[in-house]
Amino acid sequence: MEKRNARQTREIVVPGDILDGTGMRPGENAYVLDGKVRASVMGVRNVFQNTVGVIPLRGGYMPTSGDTVFGVIVDIGPSNWLIDIGAPYPAPLHVSEVPWKVEFGDTSRFLTIGNVVLIKVLAVDESKKISVTMKDSGLRKIEGGRLVKISHTKVSRVIGKSGSMISMLKNMTDCRITVGQNGWIWVDGEDENADVAVEAIEMIEEQAQSSNLTDRIKEFIEKRIPQDEDEDYDEGDE
Amino acid sequence: MSGHTDMVLVDENGMRIDGRTAEQHRPFKVEAGVLNNADGSAYVEIGKNKVLAAVYGPRECHPRHLQDPTKAIVQCKYNMQSFSVSDRKRPGPDRRSIEISKIISEALEKVVLTELYPRASIDVYIEILQANAGTRCAGLTAASVALADAGIPMRDIVPALAAGKADGHVLLDLNKEEDNYGQADVPIAIIPSTDEIVLLQMDGNMTREEFDYGIKMAVAGCHELHELQKDALKRRYSKRAQEGSE
Repeated sequence: MEKRNARQTREIVVPGDILDGTGMRPGENAYVLDGKVRASVMGVRNVFQNTVGVIPLRGGYMPTSGDTVFGVIVDIGPSNWLIDIGAPYPAPLHVSEVPWKVEFGDTSRFLTIGNVVLIKVLAVDESKKISVTMKDSGLRKIEGGRLVKISHTKVSRVIGKSGSMISMLKNMTDCRITVGQNGWIWVDGEDENADVAVEAIEMIEEQAQSSNLTDRIKEFIEKRIPQDEDEDYDEGDE
Repeated sequence: MSGHTDMVLVDENGMRIDGRTAEQHRPFKVEAGVLNNADGSAYVEIGKNKVLAAVYGPRECHPRHLQDPTKAIVQCKYNMQSFSVSDRKRPGPDRRSIEISKIISEALEKVVLTELYPRASIDVYIEILQANAGTRCAGLTAASVALADAGIPMRDIVPALAAGKADGHVLLDLNKEEDNYGQADVPIAIIPSTDEIVLLQMDGNMTREEFDYGIKMAVAGCHELHELQKDALKRRYSKRAQEGSE
């Protein structure tokens, strides 16, 4: 992911707005018209070296290779499963891409409709055909816990700078939390703690545009879950 | 266009029945993100027209045979509520609303970067809550704001406005009376960054000079409307940021 320029005035642009007319190259979500770089989505203007692009504020998830995402099985074939990963297209998961040996036609014994899986996007070709795998460390069928769905544009906010937000959430709520690049987040922990974690995540999504969010989330969780006084809470241990 | 009236649509001072001059448009109001369950939405008022637009997608295209393997399609549904006009409108699609749905989706397809989403469909729903001439323009104006609000990549936001002729005067943004008893109605929609025309229809008769003058006025009005469209989208986020930092 590109690095954001620190402490820049956040300028909101809408499609058609001129981002630059002085010869910078178009970055993500930008196009050139008559020598001027223009935005193609609503978002925040982002300058990186000599390219200017837009970080989207809204919009659907479009998978890119290497993304780790959560998915829900929506259909079963004799040699594959169709997985909804929140993209415009379903992602087929072939039997050769799962860690089990599956006989032809025996797919439903391993994963059935409604099951949640953690998978990785292998590739997305130019016709947007997605291929995914479950053969990597950490990828698995998910059991227990709950799935929270937020906009994929807010994922970086949930993780925070070098993971500060997510490690704070994990430490304070004592939950296992995994964030998928598609904005689907899996939370597993004791009922009350998980409730707070889910609410905190929803709060992050809602207030993603504001500053000092980590502090306010910390305050929010402290109010709900009294933290152990002796236990030293150290920041960003991951 | 159809009827005749003794009504003076434009008086000797060049004033129209609602107190506007020939080059004046009705008051505009644009709001983005008014619906929670749609991916993007917008509400637009142009004078007494009240229009709501909602966008879903890009998502898998159903029915399958409409899919285009090279690009996304824009499916638009323009619908008038039965209470939107003074004589109750029979609900459901009719010839007029099918036509308007078609021209609006064709206008939007010109600005949306459809090639980014092969086989997908982008669904636009336009509901006319109250009509007072110029609903297709208001509908398209709302739909393009809703598309931008949904985060769909597009080249520009399209505004649409009508020009026309009534009582022998070329007028901007006709109201109901001027539309019914006037001589011509020319709705247009443009891409503001290039001034390309993506929608142009004409009902009635005008001379070439009147037409050119009308288009010039409507394009200027579209640019004004475009500023409000951009403002509505940006307002949504500046407001939210303030709320968050309190």
